[in-house]
Amino acid sequence: MKRTITLTVNGAPRSVEVEPRALLALVLRDQLDLTGTHIGCDTSQCGACTVHIDGRAVKSCTMLAVQAEGHAVTTIEGLAAKDRLHPLQQAFWDKHGLQCGFCTPGMIMTAADLLAHNPKPSEAEIRHALEGNLCRCTGYQNIVAAVQLAAGAR
Amino acid sequence: MLRLPSFTYLQPRTLHEALAMKTDAGPDGMYVAGGTDLYPNMKRRHQEPRTVISLMGIPELAQIGMRNAQCGIGPCVTLTTVSGHPTIRDDYAAVAHAAGLVSTPLLRNMGTLGGNLCLDTRCNYYNQTYEWRQAIDFCMKKDGHICWVAPSSPRCWAVSSSDVAPVMVALGADYVLVGPGGERVVPAARFYHNDGINYLTKQPDEVLWEVRLPRPDGWDAVYHKLRRRDSFDFPVLGVAAWVRWEGGRGTRDEGRVAEARIVLGGVASWPQEVPEAGAALVGTDLSDEGVAAAADAAYRPAKPMDNTDFDLSWRKQMTRVYVSRALAELRRRRLPPAR
Repeated sequence: MKRTITLTVNGAPRSVEVEPRALLALVLRDQLDLTGTHIGCDTSQCGACTVHIDGRAVKSCTMLAVQAEGHAVTTIEGLAAKDRLHPLQQAFWDKHGLQCGFCTPGMIMTAADLLAHNPKPSEAEIRHALEGNLCRCTGYQNIVAAVQLAAGAR
Repeated sequence: MLRLPSFTYLQPRTLHEALAMKTDAGPDGMYVAGGTDLYPNMKRRHQEPRTVISLMGIPELAQIGMRNAQCGIGPCVTLTTVSGHPTIRDDYAAVAHAAGLVSTPLLRNMGTLGGNLCLDTRCNYYNQTYEWRQAIDFCMKKDGHICWVAPSSPRCWAVSSSDVAPVMVALGADYVLVGPGGERVVPAARFYHNDGINYLTKQPDEVLWEVRLPRPDGWDAVYHKLRRRDSFDFPVLGVAAWVRWEGGRGTRDEGRVAEARIVLGGVASWPQEVPEAGAALVGTDLSDEGVAAAADAAYRPAKPMDNTDFDLSWRKQMTRVYVSRALAELRRRRLPPAR
């Protein structure tokens, strides 16, 4: 049975009618048109669907939309300030931290959570924080370099 | 894409409400905390509750508090919080360490202590999609009649795969359960059954209300985990080692082990304590001989089945290695660094 939930998405209050079984990732993409959140594996492995709930990075394919009721959701679309890329987005651009780009929204959301809680992480801490995000193109090296660059720019 | 089945989702604000909702829902009702294990499992039809009752809106379940110098942790505290909490890191480092080894940072942000302690047992023949399981005519844990790991076995051999549970058993933590009939306190060791299907003594309508850790008074504990990757994977072997030193932790006298417990994860359907291994350490100063005797004792009853990652006999051999390493770490921590 559908119900209406209210949540904050990228700073704006949104109401959406969902079934309890609707995953947050699907509601963001199909009902709120925020297709920057990707769905890769659908079983909480790959991390492409990573979004923030109240500032912490989680996998939105393993979370019901109704679990987000009353909480603040941030997606990759919510990071940039109007025409200016977020420092992490700029750093991924500058350091060639992506190839096909499918994992990139999840990588950046996870890295944003890391830098919010640990502004000057070591390389090991960056690699540890990104453990739940899989990339099949880059070999991770340039992703780590991008996060290091963004951390230095803060 | 795997779809979740339809269900009703309830969000009680009090424990009383939660218990009443479960009573109303009957056997088709199920409690959930973070959902990181339950929802993927529901996609594969391992669990098929018609009513899902979320415990995350009950404030008392998400608290960490001290009472009588004992630390009490609510089951809805996330694993990220458990692994980073100052009191837990300082006084219960093995708990913080084990919680920090579960899955990945993203799932620890959502997954909870209670979820890991009540984690469904796992098996290569069970943790598959519905269609995969249907193709082998299912197994006795769900929808079928046979155990594919041991086809003549009357019981299910699915594996206890929690990282934190072996530590709780080793520490001698208490679990507080609340059900319609009231409250009861169960030692962690008695919370688990060595049966892949009925792996908890918790009744379905009972809620894990609090985990009480013993006072940090002269004991020390460590946890070591074996898995293929240093992330994501469930343990194929976990070793929780606990010792109580004569004279207390961190004292500089030549103390000996007064009491010890070795608990293995990933080798049975429950966190398996090996009393002979603990007994082999009593009276020693964790000398090489004592450690070898304990590792040998732990190796013998470890009975991994061919239903998780890695070669079966290698996993059994690793019991000896990982118990030795865990005890070597305890020995190293015996004395505080000279100032």
